[in-house]
Amino acid sequence: MENKNMVDAVETNANTMSETPSGFKVIWRELRHDKVAMISLVIAATLLIGITVWGSLLNQDKVTEASLLDRFLAPGQDGHILGADPSGRDVWNYLMLGGRNSILIGVSVTLITEFIGLIVGTICGYFGGILDNVVMRIVDFFMIIPTTLVIILLVKITTHYNAVTLVLIISAFGWMGTTRLMRSLIFSQASRDYIAASKTSGTSNFTIMWRELIPNISSMIITDLTLGIAGNIGLEVGLSYLGFGLPPDTPSLGTMIAYANDPDIITAYPWVWLPASLLIMVLALSISFFGNAIRRAADARQRT
Amino acid sequence: MWKTIIRRVLIMVPQIIILSLIVFFLAKLMPGDPFTGSGKLSPQMDLNQIQAIKKELGLLDPLPVQYFRWIGNILHGDLGMSYAYKVPVINLIAERAGNTIWLSLFSVLLTYLIAVPLGVLAGRYQGTHIDGGISFYAFAIIAIPGFVFYLLGLWLFGYQLGWFPTTGSISIAADGLLAKFFSRIYHMILPAILSSVISTTGIIQYLRSGIIDNTQEDFTRTARAKGVPERIVFDRHILRNSLLPIAAFMGNTITGLIGGSVFIENVFSYPGMGKLFIDSMNSNDYPIITSLTLLFGLMTLMGNLLSDIIMSIVDPRIRIE
Repeated sequence: MENKNMVDAVETNANTMSETPSGFKVIWRELRHDKVAMISLVIAATLLIGITVWGSLLNQDKVTEASLLDRFLAPGQDGHILGADPSGRDVWNYLMLGGRNSILIGVSVTLITEFIGLIVGTICGYFGGILDNVVMRIVDFFMIIPTTLVIILLVKITTHYNAVTLVLIISAFGWMGTTRLMRSLIFSQASRDYIAASKTSGTSNFTIMWRELIPNISSMIITDLTLGIAGNIGLEVGLSYLGFGLPPDTPSLGTMIAYANDPDIITAYPWVWLPASLLIMVLALSISFFGNAIRRAADARQRT
Repeated sequence: MWKTIIRRVLIMVPQIIILSLIVFFLAKLMPGDPFTGSGKLSPQMDLNQIQAIKKELGLLDPLPVQYFRWIGNILHGDLGMSYAYKVPVINLIAERAGNTIWLSLFSVLLTYLIAVPLGVLAGRYQGTHIDGGISFYAFAIIAIPGFVFYLLGLWLFGYQLGWFPTTGSISIAADGLLAKFFSRIYHMILPAILSSVISTTGIIQYLRSGIIDNTQEDFTRTARAKGVPERIVFDRHILRNSLLPIAAFMGNTITGLIGGSVFIENVFSYPGMGKLFIDSMNSNDYPIITSLTLLFGLMTLMGNLLSDIIMSIVDPRIRIE
């Protein structure tokens, strides 16, 4: 009888053990009570999804069509909610289209660099040795390049470049930071007991990396992804602002902001460039605050 | 210590070689050749004459030969001729470099003036509203793309309030040495403040966590146990130990500011190297672009070198073996 009770106790114990919330649940529980994080999440998600959907529904040719009669129309006139730009295009529609392009480029660059960084970083951190040494020297070598200048240069000398080549060029210089981060995270995980135990019981290297190591750093991957999206949208907008991002005929938040280089436009027609500037600021801030909140929550999980 | 510095400088040699190879490779990819600005070619020449001139100038030599000749020329200060301005590139860059360097130094100074007090406050009053506010500021600044921040600053303080000049590095009306000096400073204030605000975040966060870490160190506990007054514990034991590594940030800050000069100078139409770079891009002036890329790369390396050397001076534990 005593024994039976004990078994029951162990079983209930095992049951509660298996119901221990997973990493993401813990993080989510913590985030839910973080007001700043929740507000940022709502703003960021609304903007990202809203603009992407809205922008995709617009007809690009129609939005980018110049109409000289509407030049510099003030907000609210003639059905232009945010006014019209120097070519008479509706600022609101242009903002949606440009915002969508900037977001899509930022997200694509982040996904590509995160993927490369995760794969390369995991392999280097797990195996170490000569391979790790060689790859890390390559990373160091990329780190000494003045990235912004070289990206501008490559955009300039690439003939027939478009959004895809732009994404590839930016990605080529964006994977090093993630690689370093992932390598150090995997490196610290790989020396722990559970990995040693797994190795001893004959688990294949691939399974260890894919099923055991990567899930354990998933919260850091999410954080890096989030912060990466904010950074890469900013980078694309910055390049387009300088005139070396998206081709001039493709709407981007950067080209809208670049109108501010004209001393007349910056003072007399703020509605041409200010909405795009504010949009990129709000986007960057809300995404980054949410990313930082995830990082804090993930740290809290590691502490307990 | 000297050994460490020499070792660190030696590490730079392969880095410089790699950098120069990359720039050389990029330069070869660019359209145009050294004749474009020299006027040596005319449309009347036939192909044989052009080939002969190219051969004479060594453009048909194997790439390694060309590379070493290019390096040799650079070491002699010959960076080629500008296509657009028809003058040696080195003169053009020398003209602009001063503006960029002064603006960067001014910004570094302001960066430390802003960042150190904020970092100290945040670390000292960890967990309070002061700390919360400063950390919020640091996160917000790092998230905003720099050029949007510069542009809004220019719009607000330059155009709307009219406190600062909105373009250039010196007023044409300025006459006399003193007037010119003050005009330069006046033109630098707004860009310097804005770019220093952007570059404060790293120092603030580093200083804050340094202070918090040192608060829990054994030497702090010992000092407190001895009965040293709290103010002295903070000033002499915690703060002094946290400030040293911040000095090493100097190199990184300079590197960041010089890299960021492309944006700040274009927003403010400030005639420095960053603006020259973008202008040359727009006028297809490839010799300038090549030289500036090389120069910016070298300055990045120098900044890192400076950081590592300062670090090895202030913290002997991390000297390179």
